[in-house]
Amino acid sequence: MSTPPLLEIRNLSTHFVSARGKRVVRAVNDLSLTLRAGETLGIVGESGSGKSTLALTILRLLPPAARIVQGEINLDGEDLLKKSDAEMRHIRGKRIAMILQDPMASLNPLFTIGDQVGEPMRVHEGVSRGGAWTRAKELLKAVRISAPETRVGEYPHQMSGGMRQRIVGAIAISCEPALLIADEPTTSLDVTIQAQYLKLLRDLQHAHHLALIFITHNLGIVAKMCDQVAVMYAGRMVESGPVRQIFNAPAHPYTEALLQSIPRLVDNRQRLTAIDGQPPDLAAPPAGCAFHPRCPKVVERCSLEEPPGFAVAESQTARCWLRDPR
Amino acid sequence: MSANGPVLEAVKLTKHFAVKRGLFSGSRGVVRAVDGISFAIPTGQTLGVVGESGCGKTTTAKLVLLLEQPTGGLIRFEGRDLETLGGTNLRDYRRSVQAVFQDPYASLNPRMRVGTIIAEPLVTNETVEAAEVRQRVRGLLDVVGLPDRAADLFPHEFSGGQRQRIAIARSLALSPKLIVLDEPVSALDVSIRAQILNLLRDLQAQLGLSYLFIAHDLAAVAHMSHQIAVMYLGQIVETGAAETVAREPKHPYTQALFSAALPSHPEEVREEIILPGEVPSPLNPPAGCRFHPRCPFSMPRCSAEEPRLLPVEGRLAACHLYDQKP
Repeated sequence: MSTPPLLEIRNLSTHFVSARGKRVVRAVNDLSLTLRAGETLGIVGESGSGKSTLALTILRLLPPAARIVQGEINLDGEDLLKKSDAEMRHIRGKRIAMILQDPMASLNPLFTIGDQVGEPMRVHEGVSRGGAWTRAKELLKAVRISAPETRVGEYPHQMSGGMRQRIVGAIAISCEPALLIADEPTTSLDVTIQAQYLKLLRDLQHAHHLALIFITHNLGIVAKMCDQVAVMYAGRMVESGPVRQIFNAPAHPYTEALLQSIPRLVDNRQRLTAIDGQPPDLAAPPAGCAFHPRCPKVVERCSLEEPPGFAVAESQTARCWLRDPR
Repeated sequence: MSANGPVLEAVKLTKHFAVKRGLFSGSRGVVRAVDGISFAIPTGQTLGVVGESGCGKTTTAKLVLLLEQPTGGLIRFEGRDLETLGGTNLRDYRRSVQAVFQDPYASLNPRMRVGTIIAEPLVTNETVEAAEVRQRVRGLLDVVGLPDRAADLFPHEFSGGQRQRIAIARSLALSPKLIVLDEPVSALDVSIRAQILNLLRDLQAQLGLSYLFIAHDLAAVAHMSHQIAVMYLGQIVETGAAETVAREPKHPYTQALFSAALPSHPEEVREEIILPGEVPSPLNPPAGCRFHPRCPFSMPRCSAEEPRLLPVEGRLAACHLYDQKP
């Protein structure tokens, strides 16, 4: 506990504002979290819960309509929100790297694999073209691409989906970042290829002492890969804490319902506990707690006041009135 | 187990696609998308088909729906060979077998009102009066848990889960006996999936429907199915009661597939079998057992001789490990 956190986000809010400023979507709303070097944090939520916006906010890659309204993002004690665009360019790819869902969209079809894997090293570390090419071969080997000598001169369309995603992984670790953000990295992969890739990410994490943020809608990935988990709903982090603790004793009704709604592999074919209703429209969220219209444990107060984060157990917090100690 | 025979039976069902290799060469190859598979769907029960992309599960669905003509083998529906059916009987088959697809954003016409979408199969297949159509549509909406007024709205006014309910209502319009469910929940949010899976299970119990359930989510298949068939490169490698196959898979591919499935709890530790390489091309499948290049238990015999589906501890598996003939 004595080491200072690598990443510390405090009261971060990112809103999307429409052209005339009439509609405001609070995609990330007053969110705080910390992550230590070598740790893995899972951010789970459904589509529209704000998890991808959070990732883009950390990288400062938001679309023009988005405003970072308040907060701090401290990476090794330096606030990323105070950096100029030029400074951010030196941080992206060098200290924070990202893996996106669709590897075909993140690779340039017109450049060789070697050029693309070597590019961050040439940009950030001034490595020569030949040097970058040599390093690229080593990186391809590290991500277990067979025959890196020939693959390095090939193009993305010559690779399968799993190989492309491993190449994206090679680009991400090329400058030895401290933080790697993976946004649904295995959603487009088959089950056995997903297992290969998750194992690779874990091996890379151990080898380079990476801090890893997994953005996913899949609680199975969290169970398998993460130390910490943050559950997002309608722009709010409704619960956070150590993975085991939260799977064993979820404190927020949303987390609890999500955990109960997943079918299990060895299953007695009992009815699943479904969550009624739909996730809310973020432009017009319900008053009070955003989950209250779907919550099985709703009380009167939930529709009136929004709950703050309550400490439930050591390093576990939940935004739910049921956890109000008073 | 029901005492009646299967609603649908496939015997050595085969679909080969001819492909031209190269522009001028004229030499033709054959993609063995589905290669001699046999299965039966018991009346009122669910057969789950699992496998990775390219294993032939969607082609199997298309064959059952008569969207593709088989190049070999036959399909029997309620004991009658489809080949011998013609005219009215074939029309009856088409009415008795309906489908729900993965993406409810693509499978519903955005220009039609929901009432018209659901009524379309009725109007094209039966002579019913407008008033009765309206009443039947209302009844169908009620069955899938949507309000009456949904009939007057357009698909874009619904969320993904509600759209999938509309697609299910449409598939029920002609009171089918078998519904082909091709990845019916993979496009939906986590909290909505359980709603749809529960609905499908309730409908099965109420209406005595049989399902052919195709999905890559192993836990969902295990949860929904009475029987499971595991496919690899166009062939069934293991099939049996869902419980038996999921609890103790016998074929090395099934073992790897189920070990790669994500855990539902962080304390759930599973033996991790990471398969090397990727699924080979069905254009040129490996000789002998198609799985042998990736199989951890591969023996000399595996590359020479194709294994047959044989009974192994209460299920069928196609693997030389269990075929101890001299």
